[in-house]
Amino acid sequence: MVAYIIRRAFAAVVLLLIVSAVTFGIFFLVPRLAGETTQQLASQYVGRDPSPQAVQSIIHNLGFDKPVYQQYWEFIHGIVAGRTFNDGPTPTHCAVPCFGYSFKSHLPVWPDLTQRIPVTLSLALGAAVIWLVSGVAIGVLSALKRGSIFDRLSMGVALAGVSLPIFFTGLLSMDLFSFQWPIFSNLHYVNFTDNPLMWAKNLVLPWVTLAFLYSALYARLTRAGMLETMSEDYIRTARAKGLPERKVVTRHGLRSALTPIITIFGMDFGLLLGGAVLTETVFSLPGVGQYAVQAITDNDLPKVMAVTTLAAFFIVVANLLVDLLYAVVDPRVRLS
Amino acid sequence: MRRTKAAALVAVATAAGLTLSACSSSGGSGGSGSSTYNAANTSVVNASSHTGGTASYQLSSTPDSMDPGNTYYAFMWDFSRLYARPLVTFNPAPGNAGLQLKPDLATGLGTPSDGGKTWTYHIRSGLKFSDGTPITTKDVKYAIERSNYAHDVLSNGPTYFAQYLVDNSSPYQGPYKDKNGGLNSIQTPNDTTIVFHLKQSFADFDYLVSNPETAPVPQAKDNGADYVKNIVSSGPYEFQSYQDGKGATLVKNPNWSQASDPVRKQYADKITLAFNQQQTTIDQNLMADNVTMDLGGAGMAADSQATALANPQKKTHIDDVQSGALAYVALSSQVAPLNNVHCRQAVQYAIDKTSVQTATGGDVHGDIASTILPPTVTGHTDFNLYPTSGNKGDDSSDGLAAAKQQLKLCGKPSGFSTNIAARSDRPNEIAMATAIQASLKKVGINVQIQQYPSGKYFADDAGAPAFVHSHNLGMMMMAWAADWPTGYGFLEQILDGNAIKASGNSNLSELNDPAINKMLNDAIGNTNDAQRNQAWGAIDKAAMQQAVIVPLLYRKDVMYRPDSATNVFVNPAYGMYDYLTVGSTK
Repeated sequence: MVAYIIRRAFAAVVLLLIVSAVTFGIFFLVPRLAGETTQQLASQYVGRDPSPQAVQSIIHNLGFDKPVYQQYWEFIHGIVAGRTFNDGPTPTHCAVPCFGYSFKSHLPVWPDLTQRIPVTLSLALGAAVIWLVSGVAIGVLSALKRGSIFDRLSMGVALAGVSLPIFFTGLLSMDLFSFQWPIFSNLHYVNFTDNPLMWAKNLVLPWVTLAFLYSALYARLTRAGMLETMSEDYIRTARAKGLPERKVVTRHGLRSALTPIITIFGMDFGLLLGGAVLTETVFSLPGVGQYAVQAITDNDLPKVMAVTTLAAFFIVVANLLVDLLYAVVDPRVRLS
Repeated sequence: MRRTKAAALVAVATAAGLTLSACSSSGGSGGSGSSTYNAANTSVVNASSHTGGTASYQLSSTPDSMDPGNTYYAFMWDFSRLYARPLVTFNPAPGNAGLQLKPDLATGLGTPSDGGKTWTYHIRSGLKFSDGTPITTKDVKYAIERSNYAHDVLSNGPTYFAQYLVDNSSPYQGPYKDKNGGLNSIQTPNDTTIVFHLKQSFADFDYLVSNPETAPVPQAKDNGADYVKNIVSSGPYEFQSYQDGKGATLVKNPNWSQASDPVRKQYADKITLAFNQQQTTIDQNLMADNVTMDLGGAGMAADSQATALANPQKKTHIDDVQSGALAYVALSSQVAPLNNVHCRQAVQYAIDKTSVQTATGGDVHGDIASTILPPTVTGHTDFNLYPTSGNKGDDSSDGLAAAKQQLKLCGKPSGFSTNIAARSDRPNEIAMATAIQASLKKVGINVQIQQYPSGKYFADDAGAPAFVHSHNLGMMMMAWAADWPTGYGFLEQILDGNAIKASGNSNLSELNDPAINKMLNDAIGNTNDAQRNQAWGAIDKAAMQQAVIVPLLYRKDVMYRPDSATNVFVNPAYGMYDYLTVGSTK
């Protein structure tokens, strides 16, 4: 088990390095290959109407005058060993993990980004609980009552949930419940530690909107999995043994049907932690997703690198946890 | 023009009356005054001396910086005055009175000497920063040095001081690199006097010192880019918290006194700022009276405007605000055949400006323009050198005939072909270019629309003359607003031949007329206000005779003020609500 985790952790580090190298290349190497000069690159970060001297200073300060491989090396070195910058009256040390300073604001990237993780985590956790519980429950019931009105109705709603984009359902829910009937008026994120009640109240609409999309998908997946599992021979055997139907469904049917659900949940949850871009944008939540949008809009490379690495990290970790969970859920799986 | 002036006088008188009545009332009564369509353009709406509550601002993006020495956004120049006092500032009043400068940190406007090359200011005594330390002119000098000479760290703001002040014998490197001395051309003989020595006579210098870069910064507290996290206030509010990209909270500054500040009020107990909010959500929050102000001051989203304007009750909360910007087409003086003035004049006559206005959404988004200087800029003079019936250009017989006549004089009686540049991510600009294309086609001028991303429009495309010539860009869409609302502030960068640059060029027409260059230079050196302001109108007319700019629209933005916002009025100097005196009844 320990060897397995170490092996996976090593693979994760390699993967993160590849992700960072590709992202760095897209933002630094590709423009150069397309003929962009260092002056043109730097002029994006030096305000309006810059003097040639100011552009030259920025080129030097941001390290654009160095070869790309050296810039990448300094970036990676900063993550594991920190870096020192001359961005003010005195040199400042950027502590590990140092993702550098924003090209736009000249402020350190990592503390800014980590401040946003609780927002995204709050959104993802609450939504995940709702969609897992509702999605799996509806899927199981639909499978058990196949062809019933409940099945048809719930699958119809699920189809709508999968089909409708968040920028539609989000804006609609906000218009209805924030402005037409102001049950959740003046939405804004409140820290859990400041006021747990307000934290929850302000997140109900984003949770439900996000969960609507996912629970629809999970309901359909669970239903399909349950239908397939419940027709297996071992289910018939379990029933023939005289096991109560509740045990047949929960211990034998659901447990098997949950395996693919766990896989996809790991992926989905990991992706969300890397930023629920649409939901955060629609509800103006200051999370990782909103940060990513801002970073890309500003072409702010250190921010893009940090958020990409963080998102990749969450996905890798989520996948690792899923693989570990397999061993618990599915008795056929053994980690070695 | 007379009608405009008369209206402005009435507006100023009304505003003054409302302001006085507001100031004389006591206690914490709620807002008074009428809320009607466009009321805040000419008067103070909800005039009130109500104190307390929270004024909440939302913004659809993020500020370039809240550091007063590192920002170039108009709304930040407006808002930053709540915590950063420049030497002088714009009069907090609606109408043309808002274009006047008033002493702020200083005791009076600048005293010019040496023919306008030296400017002296005295600041009020007894002023304190929010940390209790005294404010001196050395803090003002330091603020200018860090904002103008350390552009590699504080890169967002303008560098006019570096452009106009005399440099040291060896170029000054800014306070972060040159720790032993400062800029010799700013002298502080004592704690309340500051003297500026300029390279040339510059009559608009009071406008330069109105920008937030002259707000004092204590050197001991400056930590470069990080200063934005711990700004030391000189205004009525100080920072309680700041989170980059998220927002900020400001509370009353106990070391600010009303007696020391003739232009500000400290009505709200607290001010909150939330960034990166959806524009439609901001609009809905304004209409639901959940927030006090849209900080960006660029108007409502298109669908929100339609909703609000269609609702008679909501319409009374709307102001259609002159933004101070001009939408225009620059005609290249270097790209054939538009290098011939008659070809340019043919374009002037042929463009159907009514269709251009319709393409942008109608008259709420802009009035049809005939001059380069918008009406909200000091020195504006009304004239129209290329009149056509109903501004319809080739859709009117007089416009069609005049355009064809100019085409004959230009040697292209059957028309010509050229390209027009527009920014691909600005739908309004594309719509205007399309309307122009359609109207020019009627006189035989065939225009191809070439789209470029706005991020590199000036650096690499329309603002790079070599690119303009090689890509045959005879026409270029452009929008322009002044950094300060005078003729020089508006015209110099877009008409002066000396301002032409290989990249980042704003003089898109590449007009380099020695007569106009001289007129600009002479006017800015003239310290007689009346003569100088008259000169701007003359320069505007001279440039229009050259026909290098086709003024399309004086841009307007649709803004919403909720019931809870008090003392709301539009200051034309910023082209948005003036934030200095805004309070909240919530």
